[in-house]
Formats: sequence, C-alpha cells, structure tokens
Amino acid sequence: MENKVKRNIPDEILTQYDYKPFTTTEIEGMPVQRELPAFKATTGANKLVDSLTDLVKSTVKDGMTISFHHHFREGDYVFNKVMRIIIDNGLKDLTLAPSSLTNVMNDIVVEAIEKGVVTNITSSGMRGSLGDAVSHGALANPVIFRSHGNRARAIETGAIKIDVAFLGVPNADAMGNANGMDGDSAFGSLGYALMDAQYAQTVVLITDTLKPYPNTPASIKQTQVDYVVEVDAVGDPEKIGSGATRFTKDPKELKIAEMVNNVITHSPYFKDGFSFQTGTGGAALAVTRFLRQSMLDNQIKASFALGGITKPTVDLLEEGLVERLMDVQDFDKGAAASMHKNRNQQEIDASWYADAANKGAMVDKLDVVILSALEIDTKFNVNVMSGSDGVIRGAIGGHQDAATAKLTIISAPLVRGRIATVVPDVTTVVTPGESIDVLITEVGIAINPLRQDLMAALSDIPGVPVFTIEELQQMAEKKVGTPKPLEFTDRVVALIEYRDGTIMDVIREVKD
Amino acid sequence: MANTTERLRRTMMFVPGNNPAMIKDAGIFGADSIMFDLEDAVSMAEKDAARYLVYEAITTIDYGDAELVVRINGLDTPYYQNDIKAMVKAGIDVIRLPKVETAAMIHELESLVATAEAEFGCEIGSTNLMAAIESAKGVVNANEIAAASDRMIGIALSAEDYTTDMKTHRYPDGQELLYARNVILHAARAAGIAAFDTVFTNMDDEEGFYRETELIHQLGFDGKSLVNPRQIAMVNKVYQPTEKEIRNAQQVIMAIEQARLKGSGVISMNGQMVDRPVVLRAERVMRLAQATNLVNSEGEYIGK
Repeated sequence: MENKVKRNIPDEILTQYDYKPFTTTEIEGMPVQRELPAFKATTGANKLVDSLTDLVKSTVKDGMTISFHHHFREGDYVFNKVMRIIIDNGLKDLTLAPSSLTNVMNDIVVEAIEKGVVTNITSSGMRGSLGDAVSHGALANPVIFRSHGNRARAIETGAIKIDVAFLGVPNADAMGNANGMDGDSAFGSLGYALMDAQYAQTVVLITDTLKPYPNTPASIKQTQVDYVVEVDAVGDPEKIGSGATRFTKDPKELKIAEMVNNVITHSPYFKDGFSFQTGTGGAALAVTRFLRQSMLDNQIKASFALGGITKPTVDLLEEGLVERLMDVQDFDKGAAASMHKNRNQQEIDASWYADAANKGAMVDKLDVVILSALEIDTKFNVNVMSGSDGVIRGAIGGHQDAATAKLTIISAPLVRGRIATVVPDVTTVVTPGESIDVLITEVGIAINPLRQDLMAALSDIPGVPVFTIEELQQMAEKKVGTPKPLEFTDRVVALIEYRDGTIMDVIREVKD
Repeated sequence: MANTTERLRRTMMFVPGNNPAMIKDAGIFGADSIMFDLEDAVSMAEKDAARYLVYEAITTIDYGDAELVVRINGLDTPYYQNDIKAMVKAGIDVIRLPKVETAAMIHELESLVATAEAEFGCEIGSTNLMAAIESAKGVVNANEIAAASDRMIGIALSAEDYTTDMKTHRYPDGQELLYARNVILHAARAAGIAAFDTVFTNMDDEEGFYRETELIHQLGFDGKSLVNPRQIAMVNKVYQPTEKEIRNAQQVIMAIEQARLKGSGVISMNGQMVDRPVVLRAERVMRLAQATNLVNSEGEYIGK
C-alpha cells in the first residue's frame, strides 16, 4: 500500500513485520510498553575475564542479537575483535544491532554476511562496501534503518531485544564503572551506548585502561555490567574524531553557511534563550562561527546546544554564549576533552536526546536545527540514505528526530558535481517533507509552503533570494540535465522506519 | 544627465578556464564581473579543451546579471585567433587582452573581433574590449590604449609582470605601484572607461587585502581583479557607502525628482544649487547601496 509520503510499501512487508504505514510526524500520546530483560543478580563477584574469545564463546549463541556502539567511529578496534571471534567460532543467524556502522567495520560485516553468521542487521546507517553488498542483495533479510531516537525507542519497547552488548570503553574498573572521557581512546559522551548498557540482557565492557575501583564519574554503572575484559587497545585515537575540525575555506560552503545564519537570525526563534543543533562537517562549523558573531552582535544567548558536539560549540559554551551542551556524542577531541572541565556539558543518552516514546526528549524543546541531505525533493522529503546510484551510503543519525525542531533547515548545495541535490522525487524518503521548513542552497532558499508564517519573516533578507522549491529543482536540472531513472529489482533489501516505528520507505536491490 | 546604466565593476573574479567545478559555480558569489581565464591558468596542453569548456559554459549556464569577461591568450600566441572566434561566437560581453603595450594591439584585436562578429552573425559592436597593462611600456602608452576603441570598457593593472619589468617586486605598502596605478586611473577616466586594480594573491593576509583595497578605493578605481570568491565580500565592504552618504544621496535624488516635477532645469537642495558632480556622485552612491543591500527596492535605507 501507499503511505502518506506516497511510497509503495509491499503488503508482505507490512504483514511480516507488523508495520503500520507512516502517517504523521505528530506522535503525541503514543501508548508505550517498556520491556526490560530478565537476568540473574550478582552480588559483587569480580567481573574481570581474561579471555575475550572464551567470553564470546560462552555468551553468544546462534540466533542471538548482539550490539555495539559507534562512538570510536573510524578508530574502532572492538567491533572487529569481537566479530572475528564470532566468525571463527562458526556462529550462525545473528542479528547485528549496533548504534551505527562505520567504514572500519565494513569488511568484517560483509564476511559475516557471506558466511551466514549475520542474517539480520538494524543500524542507523552504513556506507562503502557494506552498503554496496546489501544493496546488491547480499543479506538474507532486509536491513532495518532506525534513527538514533528510534533505536532508543525500539530497545525500550523490545522491538530490538539485545542479548549481548559488547561495549568498548576507554576506561573501566573491574566492576564495570566506566565513562567515555578518560583514557587514550577517550571519545567523550557515551550517549548511544547507554541504551545498550541499560537494556541488554548481558553487558560486556571491553577496555584498554583498567582503573582502580570505584572509577568515577561513571556513565555506565556496575549495576548494569556482567563482564569486563581488558584488551591491548580499544581504538585508534587519531581516527576517533570525525569530519572537519577546521573552518572551511570553500567559498560555496561559506556562502551557504552565511545564508543559513541569515535565515536563523531573521527567524522568530532567534531570541535570548533559544536552542540549536548543528551537525559536523565544514559547513556546519562555519554556521557556528557566523552564529557566534550574530549572537555577540545582538546580545543573544542560547539556552542549549544539542546532539553531536564539536569544539566550536564548546567554545560558545566557554564564552558564555550557550548555557548548556546536551551531548549525545562528541565529534572531535576538543569536544570530548571538555566534558571533564565543563560541568554544563551534560552527557545524555539517545532516549533523552531524541526518543519519541518516552516522557519528553530534548528534541521536543529544540528551536533550530541545521541538517544535511543527499537529496531533497519538491515535496521537501529528504534522503540521507541512498546515493545517486541507488546504493545505500548514509545514515539516518538523528535526522528524523531533530527535524521535529521548530525551524528545520536543510543546508545542501543545489548540485554536487553532475548530480542534482534538489530533485522531483527523492530515491528514498528518510525524513518527511512535513518536518522540513527551509531549504538553503548556494543560489537561494525555498520555504516549505506549510510554513506561511516563515514566508513573511524570511522573504526580504538582503542577499538571500527566495525561490519555490520547484524553481530550485528546475535550476538544478538545467545545470546538470535529466538523469536516466535508476533501476531496481522487486526485492526489498532495507526498510526505513520513522522515529515512531511506522514504515517510511523501502530500499530495493539495485539492478546493474 | 549621468549615464545611469553605468555598470558597477567592483569585483572581477578570475575563474580558471580549465576547471569545470569552478566554472559551474562562478555565478553564485555575486561578482560584478566573471573573468574566465584562457591564458596563464591554462597549460599549453589544455588550451583547446579550456576554450571549448568556456564556450559551453557561456552558452549554457545562467550567470545572472554578472558581466562575462574572458582573458584570451596574447597576440603572440597560436591560440589568439581561435580564442577570439570562439568567444565572439559564444556572445561574451568583454574580451580582455593581456600584456597590452600599444593602441595598435587593440586595433588589431578590434578588427579580428569585428570580423568574427560578422562571421557568426553577431551584432557588430556587441563585443566589448579591455586591456591589461603589464609592463612599463604599457603604462607609458596607457592613454592611447584606453582611448584606442569605442569598444573599450576598461583597463587593468597586472602587477606581477609589471613589477618584474620594473626590476622590483610587490611590497606591502604598494609604493612600487603608485605611479602605474595613477597613470592607469587617469587614462581610464580621461577615456571615460573603468579602471581595475591588480590581484592580491595571499588569501591568508586579510589585513593586507583590506589595506590595498582601501587604497585603490580612495584613489578612485572602479574595483579589483580577484583570485578567490571569498574576496568579493571584502571588496564590497570597502566600497559600500556609509549611512550618511546614502542619506545625503537620497536627498539629492529627491531634489532631482522635485525639479523634474516642477519642470525646473535647476536642481536645488536646502536652498543651494546642486551641480552635476554632486548628482553623479549621489547616483553612484545609490547604485553601490543597492548592490550591497543597504537600501531596499524603494530606495529606503535598511542597513544597520
């Protein structure tokens, strides 16, 4: 059947997964039943285990769901260590439920799929060779892509039942008290892993730095942990930071960033006590720099900055321009290191950050968010998951969650190389157009017609031309031409859930 | 009355003729003039490819209101004639000839351009010309060069070659360019065409860039040749009029309007006669104010 964003969801998918089609971004009052796992209590036994291999063998059984976090990003050693043991021990039919999958995990996941070790995956995203393999039908069952908030919801409600969570930490004591901010491989907030620590049936901490008991401050607590294993190294500190950490010099990115700042400062939300979320990457950092100057010029302070935190955002905190950082992950060393000294940099878990199925998440209070897009269509639907070749190469991250902000800005170039970003119809709908308020490109902006109130506020900004999104789409098409339609088979290789667990879209196997 | 259609030429942005990505995006930065370079930015092996690329760009991409300029290869090169033909056929606004030293070089260019216009069915005279002065001889002959053709819209100083020719190099204070700048400026003004200052290449020296731009603004240059889009906003900032200048210009414009309504030939403001230079300056201030978004479409001041 066709859902609200006009995506055709095969009936067998709806039946098999008991999905309701996506209908609305308004999910106030959704009934929720939390499910906690059963376990055997322990009373202070030493949880240190010598052999990771033996531990994996004794805890993981065929058909189980295992989880990891991605806070080490491209510097992660833990995922590969554990998966190697799992593959070598001939385990079968596992469900992989990490918070996300980074490139450094690709090869071993592809191997695990080929050997039948992994037959189900749920993740925020995937890229590279893994995305390619899945898009070519390598995995037995469709991948389920969930936003960070939706993963928290799925874990809390039992849609994801984690049997064993293997959580790498840069420090821990022998009882399992651990945080993300100390040690050689410190990454800052443990935001995503906190869900696994709280809800997995068995929690294994893997660390390279054993601390004297009790190790504080503790983000993961001994009350949650079954085993602690010491290994040589949990991560490569050089590769943990992601994205750009310097301000961009790219004139196009700067131009877009300046327009983003103009839109924010001319919006009704730019007032004392406002809140915002920016992503990572050069353009986002540039927005932060422009916004800082505007806040200084207008004597405006923000009550909080949310989500993934970068050093420039920490600078705003230290300058007194932002009162609180609500920190679910840290994108660079500077942001990770500052957790220690800045008590107003609050670590939050994925549920607190973005979950629609609790009693109130931070995103509900968010005024302004700047998000990216691989594609955005004339209905303002956004794709951050499939590339111009139809192959999976992205992640939902917090996109759907943060897009519920009062002013949701998509910042994207009109075209990338020879590929249009603004298109008639996105390949895959990840975030519905109903959530998106303004698209900002290097040639000008388009305001969602649903937001007539913003039209007046944003229509007369010097240097910010306003177009309809159809006009922007036509400009893009005129520049790069009309591409040949992508070809897919009927086979569904991935499912895109909305943050409430309804189904937004499916991704089909590419035909080469 | 003043020629109110006179273009603003504060910023002439260089775009390498062999770089598709930069050519594609050249229109988005608000440069008054976009100058596609077929000369120094392009290696010998890429001369033909760059000419095709720029031709396709000019005939395909919408660059809005920007004036489109192409720097062709010099007349001592084998690319000169083909560059002229292709660019005239593409309908370029202005051909910029490098290393101009005599009026005769402009005359030769003019005749080839006219021939090409006839060959490709373009309106005769539709292709404008400008000259880059890059040597002592060029500076000495600046007057005749500036006045060499009705098609001439401007002359530009190119300081790298010029300072080498003068047995010096560029210094932060720009003393070595003072004579050339003034000569070129006077030649341009005497001929009624635009004067462009040279490029400033050190993108990390923002202070030096502002210092140089403020100097050439003070001297009276129309604008500068630029190597990076990031410099556009900086030049525009230097050239943007002050609120006081805008308010004053608005009063002058109002006085003109009142004189027109009264059918009076004499324009007066606050009891004093407004003479022609004041009118011209007021009109230029308003053009600059509009271009830097300091007034709205009604001409009302909206700056901070």
